[in-house]
Order: sequence, then structure tokens, then C-alpha cells
Amino acid sequence: MATTDTDTDADTGTGHAAADAPAREGGSSADGGSSAADGGAAGGSAGADELGAAGTQLSTAPTEGQAVPGSFGGVRAPGVLGPLAWTGREVYGWLRWCWRQLTSMRVALLLLLLLSLGAIPGSLIPQTGVDPLKVEQFKAKHETLSPLYEKLGMFHVYSSVWFSAIYILLFVSLIGCIVPRTWQFVGQLRGRPPGAPRRLTRLPAYTTWRTEAEPEQVLAAVRTVLRRRRFRAHVAGDAVAAEKGYLREVGNLLFHLALIVVLVAFAVGQLWKSEGGKLITEGDQDGFTNSLTQYDDFKSGAFFDKDNLEPFGFSLERFDARYEREGSQRGTAREFRAHVKYWEGADGTEKRTSIEVNEPLEIAGNKVFLLSTGYAPVITVKDGKGDIAFKGAVPFLQQDANLTSSGVVKVPDYRDKNGKKKQLGFQGFFVPTWGGADAKTMFSQFPALDYPVMFLTAYHGRLGIDGGLPQNVYQLNTDNMKQFKNPDGKAFAQKLLPGETMTLPNGAGTLTFEGIKTWASFQISHQPGNELALIGSVAALVGLAGSLFIQRCRVWVRAVPGKDGQTVVEMAGLGRSESAKLPEELADLAVALQADAPAEAEPESESPDPAEGARA
Amino acid sequence: MNLAAAANENLANISNVLIYSAMAVYTLAFIAYITEWVFGSRSKVGRTAAALAPAAGAEKASTVTVQVKQQGGGTAVLERPKVVTLSAPGSRDVPDGPGAAGGTEKGDLYGRIAVSLTVLAALLHIGGVLTRARSVERAPWGNMYEFSITLSMVAVVAYVVLLASGKNVRWIGLPLVTTALLDLGLAVSVLYTDSDQLVPALNSYWLWIHVSCAIVSGAVLYLGAVATLLFLFRDRYETKLENPDGKQPGAFATSILERLPSSASLDKFAYRINATVFPLWTFTLIAGAIWAEKAWGRYWGWDPKEVWTFITWVAYACYLHARATAGWKGRKAAYLALIAFACFLFNYYAVNMFVTGKHSYAGV
Ligand code: HEM
Repeated sequence: MATTDTDTDADTGTGHAAADAPAREGGSSADGGSSAADGGAAGGSAGADELGAAGTQLSTAPTEGQAVPGSFGGVRAPGVLGPLAWTGREVYGWLRWCWRQLTSMRVALLLLLLLSLGAIPGSLIPQTGVDPLKVEQFKAKHETLSPLYEKLGMFHVYSSVWFSAIYILLFVSLIGCIVPRTWQFVGQLRGRPPGAPRRLTRLPAYTTWRTEAEPEQVLAAVRTVLRRRRFRAHVAGDAVAAEKGYLREVGNLLFHLALIVVLVAFAVGQLWKSEGGKLITEGDQDGFTNSLTQYDDFKSGAFFDKDNLEPFGFSLERFDARYEREGSQRGTAREFRAHVKYWEGADGTEKRTSIEVNEPLEIAGNKVFLLSTGYAPVITVKDGKGDIAFKGAVPFLQQDANLTSSGVVKVPDYRDKNGKKKQLGFQGFFVPTWGGADAKTMFSQFPALDYPVMFLTAYHGRLGIDGGLPQNVYQLNTDNMKQFKNPDGKAFAQKLLPGETMTLPNGAGTLTFEGIKTWASFQISHQPGNELALIGSVAALVGLAGSLFIQRCRVWVRAVPGKDGQTVVEMAGLGRSESAKLPEELADLAVALQADAPAEAEPESESPDPAEGARA
Repeated sequence: MNLAAAANENLANISNVLIYSAMAVYTLAFIAYITEWVFGSRSKVGRTAAALAPAAGAEKASTVTVQVKQQGGGTAVLERPKVVTLSAPGSRDVPDGPGAAGGTEKGDLYGRIAVSLTVLAALLHIGGVLTRARSVERAPWGNMYEFSITLSMVAVVAYVVLLASGKNVRWIGLPLVTTALLDLGLAVSVLYTDSDQLVPALNSYWLWIHVSCAIVSGAVLYLGAVATLLFLFRDRYETKLENPDGKQPGAFATSILERLPSSASLDKFAYRINATVFPLWTFTLIAGAIWAEKAWGRYWGWDPKEVWTFITWVAYACYLHARATAGWKGRKAAYLALIAFACFLFNYYAVNMFVTGKHSYAGV
């Protein structure tokens, strides 16, 4: 692991040489940023005479040390135009300064930090977009805090002004970062790897040997070997300069670009999406047709065109549910399958398919997901005159894992035995598997229909559904209703098995429990931009892998005639990334060159480089 | 109860026994590691080896021996080339400490015993996880108990693999085994859930992909976090030694820290781990989004679990950026890495237990 300490500060644009500057700024806290800038600048000048251009631009990361100083004033010329020009220069200068700041790595880092901090409250405080009911509960509980939260947008963090500001700034910064880096990189691609620095011994990895081969011969061989190893190599003067790993930079640019693609896809999805729920009872002929009135609830993005919903529809023919009967998981669902009939487009030919959890139906650019299931007792209510006042399946909603369900039956068109118009309401429980009279519990024992029983009580009066206010179909508002009483004065309530009928007190009518149907609830969602998001994510992943796993490095090989007539081969490498591989890579190269430039034995004591003595 | 269910119950019991046995062996390994540290603390060798090398910019001539294939199939070792490596000027050029054993023979013996016990415990641990998987006939990560036992298993296996590939990581042994014990203890006491089937919503092959990646990422990121934490201690220690007039580290701190690898090595190790796992964590995030799209019809819904996965991801991105920005290298980047790992832990424990969302598979 520690074969090398190549820890280049290439982000300062000066490569290894930058480390000449006081590199341990970790200890200083508040001024870390500015000391970094200083470090970069100082390193640049100190390194310049050592490595020259060789050490520069191993990365296209922006240089930190070049923020324009704060004053752009200059002299204010007399007359009207003077101040104007001065103001213009000043404004332009400040804008430039802001732009430089915004696109600097340091600010990108801060914005990233802010982004993760800003995402926290939304995960701890209930969000309107996720669960509006919980938001209401929260507001009821925290009366003093809620108005403040409301002002700060805490109930919709991810669409709040401040959160948007963070990510928009981040992405502006990202674009401002990518564009110049791309140009710089194109420049690097079109140019050639920089020539060898004067003293190769100064580089992080170095080796040398002597050979009988002629310098030109050696350099030619070096070029071939390097090119075979995917280096871009050329001869410059008495040395070969080579570089490889450009794909690292490509990967990095691709990754950051892909982040923008993902954001755009996300925005498209949010703005043009629609999402709604629908509960359908088995065998219900009408089923669902895609129009606004048909949804139980509906949400859509700002740009979604509500007037032009795609024409399609489906109905539930049959619902299969299977539950585990044995062992510790008794009662767990094993299979939910909704057999549906669907149609789409103008011609509307009907087709059959099935929808399962995790396996939605894709239809006309929408997806239909199976969300949940439950039972709908089929009920017939006869009024005081013996006429049918209500007939149909009434979905009851699940209360526990064994599908103990609660529900209400509303009968708006009803006459009592005297022919007077009134309204009826029933409220109660349905259990698919009753524990029996001895069980001491009303709760269901198993989710399948083993011993279905319904318990109901009844009200008369006004349902309150005529006032125009929307009302929850699964709740009974008993404010204006009176419960039926038994002759003994106790509340009227009765247990019913399928096929049984209960008779309301005083000849007020009857309710018959005809049978049971199953219902299923579906979510119909339309979300454009999914493909784009996927493409963006995959590109980001590929780019990231390239950026983190590909090593970028430069190698220089110099071959010059030595004093004794032999050729001195010197080889050095500079890595961009924190890799231990550089010395091995260099050694491999040296070995590969032995065929063309075989090493000669050399006297033990001799120093390989004349500059060596001057160091230390 | 039918036969298959009985067989499964049986397997689940075997799994529990294996997990408890693994815990017992981890405890022995823990004792052996402690013994190694104790013997190592008496060593003189350790102390001299840890002395700071004075000159900055000193060069190390590491001989890289290269196998050269000869014609006819034989190989010869080429003594040259000697590749001279130069550490970055200005950085501390401190050699790695000698390890917990401090160069003592006895310490080393106990260290080896500890490693062997860790391997044995890991095997039992793997057995426990596999039998659990067989007993439920699915991937063994449907609830927090299963998630926990798999997580510590992967962490230990990663450690053993690193050791086997010749990396200098034995110093992680003690903290790793300690946390593996804590994790398993928490799993069998607080988080234990009877072997159970999945609800239909979790029943998807994306469970395999998404959750296994999350587990591997978490386990390996844990190793990175340990190295980062030790880096911070060791770095402070080296800073104090550098300045002989200032406050010097205490005897106990010295005894421990002088045997650790140098701060530069720890830092580099932590960076490599984190950088290697980051793409996997990114993939975990993407796979989760794809799965959410399949199950719930939207790939991103700001569910608390999703939010915290995102926060963790951004925090690690911060860390990687910090590493690339001169002013943030070293300690500041290390703090970021620790914060990022804290986010992972929060996502795992706190969000599962205290924050309700759609991902309520915790089963506690
Ligand atoms: C959406 C926010 C961003 C995320 C999630 C992100 C993530 C990352 C990650 C994970 C890396 C590590 C890859 C590597 O080390 O090669 C990286 C590198 C980099 N990022 Fe970002 N980044 C973001 C925004 C930005 C912005 C706004 C800038 C420009 C100011 C920027 C500039 C860079 C540079 C220059 C590197 C490469 C550093 C090097 O050469 O090692 N990034 N980014």
C-alpha cells in the first residue's frame, strides 16, 4: 500500500510540484480555503522551474488560486462617461468575480453540503406531497410551531424556495464548471503531452539504467512500447513524453453532465406527471375510464394537460388472493392477482391480462399498479314500503392484517313506512373469518373468506350529502342522524351471515346481506422522463467508474549518451490519482524495454544522475 | 403444521445456533486481539520503529522485482530496475507503525490466533446467514435482524479478503470484531424476528440487487470509517510529535498510536475504500429508484428512506470533492467522511425504527 507517496495536488493545476507549498493546511480551520489558494499559487511558481509545463493539467479541475481580487475600480475619468464606464467596469468585475466564486470547487463543495443538510428536515417533518393527513395531525399537535414551519416551507421542503435555490445554484455551478473544463480537456486532447522536465529525478517515481543501444534506437523502442500500452507518446528533444488515462477525465465530465441529465429528467417528470387512485369492485361492469371524474383522488404536475387524458379503461373481472395457512406466517399474503379486462385508443377492443404487485399494466403511456385489496359485502336495502332503496356492493376498508374491515352504507332515497322521505345510514364491521361466539373478539382471525360475518348498526335522519360539500364515502356523519333503538332502549345492532336479513325496528325496512365480492385499488400514473432519467443514471454510473478507477499518468523517458559512451536511460512517472501502481507500471515498462535496450552492469557506487548530489 | 414448515423451523433454529456460536468465537478472537495489543505494548522494537523519520523529502528506494519470462518457459527475477519513489515534499514522511504486536513474537502469535479465530467465526457466521436464507427460502434480508447479521458478515469477510490479499489491515481486527459482536448482540436481542416470508411488495428480484448492494456498501464503508477515525487520532499524534516543545501525547495514547500505520497510509486506505464503494452506493440508489418505480409507480417520492440514502450519497460526494480540493484534504475531509458514515447509520437504524415511511419492513 505504501510503496509510493504520490499524493498529487493536481487540482491546483500544477500537479506534483504544487506540493512544494506548505501542504498540510489541515490544521488551520477557518482560513482553509484561502490557504489552499495560496498553496496553489505558491506551488505553481515553485514548481515552475522544476517541472515546467510537465506537471500542469493532469486534471481539468478549476484552479482555486485565481479568484479575481475584489477591486476593479481603476481611475474614474472626468465627465459623464467616466463614472458610467467606471460603474460598468465595476459591475462587470463583480459579476465575473461572483461567477468565478460560484464555479469554484470550494463553493461547489459548500453547495453540496447545503443540499444534504437541506434535505434533512423533509425526512423528519411530515410532507404534504407524501402524506397530507399526517401534516394535518402535526399541525393540530404543534400549534405554535406550525405557522413558523409553514412560512419556511417545511411541509413541502423539496419544492420550497430555499431548497430549489440550493439545487439550482448547484447546477448553475455545475454547468459553469463543466463547460470550461470540457474546452480545456479538448485542448489537452489536441495538444501533445508536455515535454520532459529537466531533472527527472524530481518526479515521484524514477528509474535509470545504462545500455549499449544508441539513444535514437532506445527512444524509438520506447515510443513503440508506450503506444502498445495505450499511451499517447511522442519524441520531444532527447526524450519521449507520454500520457495515458484520458478516459478518466472523460468519465468525470460524463458523470457531471449526466447529473444534469438526471435533474432535467426529474423536472420533466414532476411537471408533466399525473397520478390517481381508483377502487374497483370485482365484476363491476363500469370499471374505470380515464377521465378526471372517474378518479377517487388525482394529483398532477403544473404542465399536465388535464383536458386531454389518454383514452383507455379497464375493469376488474376477478381477484385472486392466496394467504399462508400454516406456520408462523399464517395470514401473510402469498399472491395477489387482479384479472382485468382493458381497452385503449379509439377502437377500444377489449383485451384480458392480470396485474400483480410489482407487475403493473402498461397502457397508453400510463402504468396501472395494484395497491391493495379488500371485501365489498353485497347489500340490498328495502324501505318501509318494501321497495328496493339500495342494491349493490359496498367496499369496506381494511383495518388490520386479517382484513377486519369497516364500512358504511348510505341510503339517500328512502321512505319510511308512512311514505315520508328520509335517509338511512348503516355503519359496521365485516370480518372474513369470524372467531365464533366463544372467541370473545370481533376481529377477524384470517384474511380469507372462511367464516364471513358482518356486524351493523343503523341510523336514520339526514346524511348531509345534499349540501354540496364533498364527503368521505367511507365515513358516516351522524351529526344529524339518530341511531335505531331496540325496544329495550339499547342501540340496535346485529350480526349477519351471508344470506341473512336484518329487520329494522318499527317496520322501518330491511337489509339483506346477499354475498361478498372482492375489490382492488389501483394507482394510475403517468410519468414522462423515466427513460431519460435511467439513461442519465447509467451514464453517471459509467462516468463515475471511469473517473474513479482509471489512472491518469505521464511518463517520460530520456536517453542521452553518457560519459563512457554508453547510453543513459532515465525514466520517470507522474501520477494524477492516488495510486500505488505507478512504480510497478514504470518497472514493467523498463522490463519491456530490455529487449531493445538491455541493461549493462554498472558500478555500484555511481550515482545515476548528476543532479543527485545537489539534492538532500 | 406440515413437513416443509417444520423443516424450515429446524433450519431457522440451526441458523440461530450458528449465529450464537459465531458470537462465542468472535469473543475469543476479541480476547486474542486484546492480548496481542497487550504484548505489543511491552515491545521496544515498536517504539523505535515508530520514531519519526526526520528529513522531509527523503527518498525510498523500493526495489520492485519483476518476473521476466524467458524463452523456453522459465522465469528469471530481474533485480533491476530499482524504482526510486519520492514522497511529496512537505508531507510528513513517517513510516507505518509495526502493528499491534509491536514486533514481539508472542504478540504476533496471539495476533495470528486472533486472525484464525476471526476466520472461524466468519465461517460460522456465513453458515448462520445461509441457513437463515434456506429457512425462509429467499434472500436473507427481509427485516432488520437479517440485514444486521448479513452486514457484519460482509464486513468481516471483506476484512479477511483484504488480509488474504496481503494488505496491511490487521490493525482493523480489534475494532472490527468488537463492532461485529455489538451488531450481532443487538441483532439477536433487540432486532430478532422469527424467520418469516416477505409481503408481496418486497417480493421482487430488485430486492436481491438493491439490498445486497446496500449491505456490501455499508459493510465496506464501515471499514473506511474505522480507518478514517484512526487517521484522525494518528494525525493528531504525529502533529504533537512534530512539535517537541508542545504538549506530547500521553503514554497510553502513544503505546497504541505508535503501532498504527502512519496517518498518510490510513488516509490513503480510507480514501481508496470510500472511493471504490462510492459507485456501488450510487448503483444502490439507482437500483432502489428502479425498484420503487416498479412497486409504487414512481422512482422517487421523497420517502424518508430515500431521502437519507440521497443524503448519504451527497455526503460521500462531498468527501470526494473535498479530497480533490487542496484546502479540504486531510482532517476536514476526514470529518466529512465520518459525517457521511453517520448518515448511513442514521438511515439504517433511526429511519427504520423511528421514522415511518413506505420502507417499513423493519419488523421490530
Ligand atoms: C450535483 C453535484 C455534484 C456531485 C454529486 C458531484 C460529484 C462528484 C464526485 C463523486 C466526484 C469524484 C470523482 C473523482 O474523484 O474523480 C467529483 C469530482 C469532481 N467534481 Fe463534482 N459533483 C458535483 C458538482 C460539481 C460542481 C458544481 C463542480 C464544479 C465547480 C464539480 C467539479 C468537480 C471536479 C473538478 C472533480 C474532479 C476532481 C478531480 O479531478 O479529482 N463538481 N464530483
